[in-house]
Amino acid sequence: MSRIKEFNLPDLGEGLTEGEILAWLVKVGDTIELNQPIVEVETAKAAVEIPAKWGGVVTRIFHEAGAVVEVGRPIIAIDTDPTAGPAGTSPEGETEAGLIGGPAPGGRTAVLVGYGPKTTTAKRRPRSGTATAPTTAATPTPPPAAAAVVVAAPVEPAPVAPPVRTGPVLAKPPVRKLARDLGVDLAGVNGTGPLGSVTRDDVQLAASTSRTRTETVPAPSVSDGSREQRIPIKGVRKLTAANMVASAFTAPHVTEFLTVDVTRSMKALEKLKARPEFADARVSPLLLVAKAVLLAAKRHPMVNSSWSGETGEIVVKDYVNLGIAAATERGLIVPNIKDAGRLSLRELAVALDTLVKVAKSGKTPPSDMAGGTLSITNVGVFGIDTGTPILPPGESAILAFGVIRPTPWVHKGKIKVRQVTTLGLSFDHRIIDGELGSKFLRDVGAFLTDPEATLLSWT
Amino acid sequence: MAKGESVAGTDIPPGGFVQLLTPDGERIDSVTTADGTTYSVDFTDEEFRELYRDLVTVRRLDSEAVALQRQGELGIWASLLGQEAAQVGSGRALRPQDMAFPTYREHGVLYCRGIDPIMPFGLFRGVDQGGWDANEFKFNQYTIVIGSQTLHATGYAMGVTMDGRTGSADGEAVIAYFGDGATSQGEVNEAFVWSGVFNSPIVFFCQNNQYAISEPLERQTRVPLYQRAGGYGFPGIRVDGNDVLATYAVTRAALDNARNGQGPTLIEAYTYRMGAHTSSDDPTRYRISSEVESWKAKDPISRLRAFLTKQKIAKKDFFAQVDEDANRKALDLRERVLAMPDPEPVALFDHVYPHGSPEVDAQRAAFTEYQASFEGSGH
Repeated sequence: MSRIKEFNLPDLGEGLTEGEILAWLVKVGDTIELNQPIVEVETAKAAVEIPAKWGGVVTRIFHEAGAVVEVGRPIIAIDTDPTAGPAGTSPEGETEAGLIGGPAPGGRTAVLVGYGPKTTTAKRRPRSGTATAPTTAATPTPPPAAAAVVVAAPVEPAPVAPPVRTGPVLAKPPVRKLARDLGVDLAGVNGTGPLGSVTRDDVQLAASTSRTRTETVPAPSVSDGSREQRIPIKGVRKLTAANMVASAFTAPHVTEFLTVDVTRSMKALEKLKARPEFADARVSPLLLVAKAVLLAAKRHPMVNSSWSGETGEIVVKDYVNLGIAAATERGLIVPNIKDAGRLSLRELAVALDTLVKVAKSGKTPPSDMAGGTLSITNVGVFGIDTGTPILPPGESAILAFGVIRPTPWVHKGKIKVRQVTTLGLSFDHRIIDGELGSKFLRDVGAFLTDPEATLLSWT
Repeated sequence: MAKGESVAGTDIPPGGFVQLLTPDGERIDSVTTADGTTYSVDFTDEEFRELYRDLVTVRRLDSEAVALQRQGELGIWASLLGQEAAQVGSGRALRPQDMAFPTYREHGVLYCRGIDPIMPFGLFRGVDQGGWDANEFKFNQYTIVIGSQTLHATGYAMGVTMDGRTGSADGEAVIAYFGDGATSQGEVNEAFVWSGVFNSPIVFFCQNNQYAISEPLERQTRVPLYQRAGGYGFPGIRVDGNDVLATYAVTRAALDNARNGQGPTLIEAYTYRMGAHTSSDDPTRYRISSEVESWKAKDPISRLRAFLTKQKIAKKDFFAQVDEDANRKALDLRERVLAMPDPEPVALFDHVYPHGSPEVDAQRAAFTEYQASFEGSGH
């Protein structure tokens, strides 16, 4: 009876097969209590804290934060009786058969729904007294040669060299096609999928790293002593990259710039702040820029459209889902305000404030990120004058809004210090010609130059 | 103290509710609603302390179940965190002869029925089918299908009437539990129609915890839920579901009306699910933290503790003892859950029919023989 117990990642939802370690809340050597939170794990369903199953001292942590771990694999070892002297060296995983998340008959992992992932080949229980069974119960059947490959080290604690592949490369047809498309030789790829098969991610990883690598095992966030850090491409970064590449190489971008005097806008903001109905709303320059974009889009509806190559149509939208690019700890996201054109200025202020706060807290729901039609990126918050933004996929225009600086400016024939900013508008040149893009940008600028007068004349 | 239809205080939903204990632990002696009904409680000091003990115990047992799920010992768990007062208040209002029809979250009601809290764990651990004798415990099986238990309860309540067990002070009343989301189900509305038409001895107890998984209340209804009862021809009332005293008073009155032949009542216990819908859910994806924080201030346990302290009904050593007892119960529950045996494969055939059937018996025999054909099967 060992006192070092290994805790295996359970199925935290219903029928989940893996989870990503977000953060360890304990470290090796810590004394922990029963039910003390030890680790945060994110699955396809939820990010949750796992409480310790036993009290004791942490002797080993099997996976660093960022690792994606299969259900049923050990994640932490705990010495449940640390006062009893040195512990034995043969950790005995606490893996009770049939337990949810533990091994189940047939080499499967027990999960609540369905059969769960299989990690070994199925072995039939020998039938008693059947002539066809060549072996008796006393002699264990030697596993067939192929089976040696697929015993995916269920209790192997540390990632060691990948199993040597003896048979043909296992990969599903779409993965084989992907490998062909990317020029990746499957024989040189280390498969991490079931039965050592090569997955889509394996192929993409092989394509993105050096073609010449043969023996290095790609591991999450490896620091190999050189002065390079390897960060696994995943999550928001992966999504951002895919979106940017998709957009940059399908929509021909044009960017135009306009420098405008926004002194009157800044004064208008001060007046708004003083009004009681805006007492609990956040009144910022971004609010007026958003309003300017919405009003200008109403005057030039074609700007608020998307290119549908499959159907051979340009889809012009009667509603504006206004995207706001937000830098968050998890990376760039562009949540949008649904049907922003229908909101009053106060409602828009509240919506902007909520959107930014939720984004900063990392809790933006996927629905808020889908369906954007027109976007703003506020590079001014970083102290930058302007930039050439890349269109979010499916959108035809995005406005970069730069920092507002006191600048010498010709005002009524004299040089005065005025509040000045630079706008940068990128648009999809398949849909929007230079003339339309220029008119739209000019109108946005006109509003910011004199919001009161433009409001009176446009609406 | 305050006497009136709605009570003073903050965060009271439009339309008001019956509240006898404010979030700050201030006692309100009685509340009289527009129909002239007066609600109050008359507890001894010991009874107040026992209510507190119930609330703490059911919360502690629930937290142990949540931990067990995270440790891979339960397939799923639906936490009652935040709804303790709604469950203990209504559960303690039941008389021994009354019949309860729970959802899958009524662990607190189960506890108040005097049932060993381990009973539903076989279901969530996957070692049995969650079956028990509803008549023995006066507590029906946990029902997973949303709202269907309201129809079972309706049929049962009609049976109570047909058996002549209603119409007196010691008659039998039925209580059906469900949530705000279930009110959008056809079953619940059918149950309302039937119970109203037949004037059945039933109390519909809706724990409005504001979310049907991720769907907020405003996607279920345009009127406060309790007002729906009017359309079906029986009274509806809203109670502060985080107030164990008011929940007790309102439920007790509704049950007594039912047992005396006065027909159904819909009670909307206005509360909040502090945790996830189930262990498979992540509420941070659809709720903002400030909302959760605002409900923390209305915690059912802390308000009763404040009341007991202010009234000098209980002191620190009592609270410490309650915590310790609850902790011991939770650890005992943990040990017993971990020791639950896996079922034999042939148990599959149990409980298909109460007295067996030739076909199932034959299948059982064939399966037993098949199992015995394996080496090491012990048969």
